[in-house]
Amino acid sequence: MLQYLVNRVLMIIPTLIVISMISFVIIQLPPGDYLTTYMTRLQQSGYTVDQSEIDALNRRYGLDRPIHVQYYRWITGVLRGDFGYSFDWQRPVNQLIWERLALTLAVTTASLFFSWVIAFPIGVYSAVKQYSPGDYFFTFLGFLGLATPNFMIALLLMYVAYRYLGWSVGGLFSPEYMAADWSMGKVIDLLKHLWIPMVVVGTAGTAGLIRVMRNNLLDELSKPYVLTAKSKGLKQVYMLFKYPVRLAIIPFISTVGWQLPNLISGATIVAVVLSLPTAGPLLLRALLSQDMYLAGSFVLLLASLTCIGTLISDVLLALVDPRIRYE
Amino acid sequence: MFKRSRDTGRDSQESRIYYASQSQLIWRKFVKHKLAVFSGLVILFMYLVVIFAEFVAPYNPNQRNTYYRYARPQIIRFVSEDGFQFRPFVYGLEREMDPVTLRRSFHEDPSQVVPLQFFVRGHEYKLLGLIPTDRHLFGVEDDQVVYLFGSDDLGRCVFSRIVLGARISMTIGLVGVFLSFVLGLFFGGLSGYYGGIVDKVIGRIMEILRSFPQIPLWMALSAALPDHWPIIRTYFAITLILSVIGWTDLARVARGKIYSLKNEDFVVAARLAGTSEPRIILEHLVPSFMSHIIAAITLAIPGMILAETSLSFLGIGLRPPAISWGVLLQAAQNIHTIVLAPWLMLPGVFVIIFVLAFNFLGDGLRNAADPY
Repeated sequence: MLQYLVNRVLMIIPTLIVISMISFVIIQLPPGDYLTTYMTRLQQSGYTVDQSEIDALNRRYGLDRPIHVQYYRWITGVLRGDFGYSFDWQRPVNQLIWERLALTLAVTTASLFFSWVIAFPIGVYSAVKQYSPGDYFFTFLGFLGLATPNFMIALLLMYVAYRYLGWSVGGLFSPEYMAADWSMGKVIDLLKHLWIPMVVVGTAGTAGLIRVMRNNLLDELSKPYVLTAKSKGLKQVYMLFKYPVRLAIIPFISTVGWQLPNLISGATIVAVVLSLPTAGPLLLRALLSQDMYLAGSFVLLLASLTCIGTLISDVLLALVDPRIRYE
Repeated sequence: MFKRSRDTGRDSQESRIYYASQSQLIWRKFVKHKLAVFSGLVILFMYLVVIFAEFVAPYNPNQRNTYYRYARPQIIRFVSEDGFQFRPFVYGLEREMDPVTLRRSFHEDPSQVVPLQFFVRGHEYKLLGLIPTDRHLFGVEDDQVVYLFGSDDLGRCVFSRIVLGARISMTIGLVGVFLSFVLGLFFGGLSGYYGGIVDKVIGRIMEILRSFPQIPLWMALSAALPDHWPIIRTYFAITLILSVIGWTDLARVARGKIYSLKNEDFVVAARLAGTSEPRIILEHLVPSFMSHIIAAITLAIPGMILAETSLSFLGIGLRPPAISWGVLLQAAQNIHTIVLAPWLMLPGVFVIIFVLAFNFLGDGLRNAADPY
């Protein structure tokens, strides 16, 4: 197990390096460097730019140096917790991102659990009652969930809630808690608002999970040991959960690996529609105003988060399934 | 083959299966999947509409009408107050103003019966980009309007815009998938055929790309596209961006298939006969798993369409004056507009229908890909 763990952790390092390179490329993408953009913006707003200020920024990011030196400076800065400066907000990037990332994580984790909790019983039901009307219904619902863009679900939900219930859905906090510091009341308020993005983001994933669970369980149910158990007179429910479900759930856990990137992607868009104070809207705004340090940091951290999540799911999988850790 | 078995006398079910070629077997199995066949027909119909989009659309999608802003959709009817009539018609729209909020809205006025006319003259366009004409599938008298799906904030016909927007939305997936297909086949082929270190390196790259949250990456890449680019260049840039990640799925299918086939007798025989390696891959290996690739391609298209829609919806994909379903949905971004004009969400319904149909079709193709 230790061997497996060490291997798996070592494997993540090259991945993280590549992710950091891609993020750096993203920072570099817009034409001209950020300093020029920054200067023009300052000048446009009638600001006189001090030459010493330019020099200081130039030195800090090594903008006059070759590209690999720039990358090195940026990445060592990141490792020390310095993500650069957001020109749009006039603040260091790391003052802006952490709370948003934490809330993104909250939404994503909640959606993950939501999709598991929903998909597990439905998957089991669909497999046990294969080709029943219920099975067809859920299969169709699953396909529909897969085919509907996340933001459409969010829009529809907003419309229905507003039109028929008179609620204005959106945000993660009530106005009175919006700017408040964290307290027990704010956490409870958050939980009250969390369910909408949770349902919206989780829906697409749930559809996929139902199919995985259904197919796995169907494979197990057709095996001879199930027949033996039945013929020995084991109670249906007991038999089901004691043997085939336990086996069928293993690949289910491994789906977290591919679920996470999708959930983070989904959360990004849904957050824009529902105006949640998570990473999505800020990332979009940063990209539109070419505030590249902020945008790059978000991409870097969202991708790293995904990587770590995948690592956790692999470790979980190894814990449940000994075949994997001895491979 | 068919003929020969008929010539020899009574063709039993068995001999038909014996003599059928692989593609015939695949076709027979596919036809049994009713939902997939139906979806295939829906897709075919939608592409047909796209080809003749200007003919189907009653209005120029950019034509504004300041009087009819946010007009509600009209329903095609056959039964009026005078009873049934053969020619379909719509009720005319009457504008009214809320005395309190001063908000204008429209309602259907049953006293105005506006018959639909077919093959009418309207704005000029070029059919298939070649034949100049001004005929349209349907329309109404000049002093009346027909908005089957309502109109938007500038009084443009939403139905016409959806029909013309389909052109971009429904082809962007195809072009994107084609690029992914070339990339996927190339890297997957290399990886599966040579194995060893090549396989490991390509496998790692694929794993990293797959673990990347796609939307943030796509957002970052497409936000970097300059605003002033012409529509067509942005379009291709976006397909390129979409296939950056899209190829990995196809590469995985190709790799798995080549890996399992490369030591089959027929491949070994070809190799011993001195066939060059590109030829072995392209002429002997690829055709034997083509059906699986086609199924995988069909299943990859929906993802591309959803991605384009999402990016354009956020305002960083295609931008107006380009018309695509995603661009149209941008109008439905805030709650006030949706409540005022829920029909602006209709492009989303078409996204769902189209993607759903592709999913079912792909499902059927995947089942049929291995007919034995």
